[in-house]
Amino acid sequence: MRYALFLGCTVPARQMNYEQSARAVAEALDIEFVDLPFGCCGFPLEPISRVKAFAMAAHNLMRASEEHLDVVTLCSACAETLVKTQWLLSREEALLRRVNRELKKLGVEYEGEAPRVLHILRVLHDEVGVENIRRRIERPLRGLRVAVHYGCHYMRPSEAYGGFEDPERPRSLDELVEATGAESVDYPGKMDCCGGALLAMSEDVAREMAAKKLRRLSALDVDALILICPFCAIMYDRYQSLILKEGRIPVLYYTQLLGLALGLEPDALGLDLNAVSVEDLLAKVM
Amino acid sequence: MIVDVEEIDSRFLRRLKSEFDESYLSCFQCGVCSASCPVIEIEGRFNPRRLVKMARLGFKDRVLSSEYIWLCSMCLLCEERCPQGVRIPEVMTALRNLAVEEGYIPEPMRRIQRLLVESGRLYPIDDFTAEERAERGLPEVEAEPEFVKRLAG
Repeated sequence: MRYALFLGCTVPARQMNYEQSARAVAEALDIEFVDLPFGCCGFPLEPISRVKAFAMAAHNLMRASEEHLDVVTLCSACAETLVKTQWLLSREEALLRRVNRELKKLGVEYEGEAPRVLHILRVLHDEVGVENIRRRIERPLRGLRVAVHYGCHYMRPSEAYGGFEDPERPRSLDELVEATGAESVDYPGKMDCCGGALLAMSEDVAREMAAKKLRRLSALDVDALILICPFCAIMYDRYQSLILKEGRIPVLYYTQLLGLALGLEPDALGLDLNAVSVEDLLAKVM
Repeated sequence: MIVDVEEIDSRFLRRLKSEFDESYLSCFQCGVCSASCPVIEIEGRFNPRRLVKMARLGFKDRVLSSEYIWLCSMCLLCEERCPQGVRIPEVMTALRNLAVEEGYIPEPMRRIQRLLVESGRLYPIDDFTAEERAERGLPEVEAEPEFVKRLAG
């Protein structure tokens, strides 16, 4: 299994724990990542100009296509933007013409290049496979009760994604958590939005959106909240100390949880970079 | 809402159709978008159903100058649930893009564009970051992707 790794903007600068754990887990599972000169996926620019945003996404798709590689993203917004761009440009000719007018600045043209774009969770779930992962577990996380958070862009818009799973009742993260031996607890508000995309425009609203889930979880007595997107981590991990007066909920990327279960050392998974301390959790599993 | 025909801007309506597609015209105001919206629960003045209605009526100035078009969190739940197949978040994006063209650009958005134009990244890979990446065994990344700078402007 060989993929081009799409890091985006947030992960390589602000969420190195996600990158470190994703690379470590990939290595342990014999997945090869190739680093290509990708840039911003386009998502942050969409509110200003969707044409410019899609031109950026298209350029990234062309880079992967040149190397005949499928793309793996860590960030859900990157996955959504790249997938949506392919989908929109394949059906809206006028939009394609406008995008290509932007790409003229670089002397290139998008001709429908469509490498497969997969979020890393889908690689683990669909390509490596849940059963295969279960067989590779060295340190079963039995006794651990965790809450999973899917976020929004991992499986929506379902039409652009080809409906790979129910956009309101997904299962893949629950199944992957259970493969590690941990229990995925069902809870109200499981499908809530973290508010991350509003952080720049309205910090108050974004924080309040994240607060809803954190307050519910602190009453549930879970060992951790498990995420798959760096925006969600900024809201639930980085902002947690500003939201919860007391009681902390460790927040881990799924790749960090899986890494522990695969028997990797915490140092190799960037756990020292998590904002909320993961000491208690580590004491439980190690 | 009182409809003042003087407010209707037919050029804006045509522009919105060409900018986006015509799916939003099929909105029959059922309100499932507003009922599903996680932002409304916190900021009751944000109302996607109302914004789509005002856009359909062609109230250009009222819609484009509204701070509320910037409050959609892009969770995409309303799009999944809309019985008419209106991609409401895409309508919000189209309205935002047209607002920008009319000069209504919120400062945080201006900043985001400036960062991408000037450095090609939202979060810089400065010396400190590059050093930390190296210490963690992470590969070097291009500090300022040139194609991003050129396409963002």
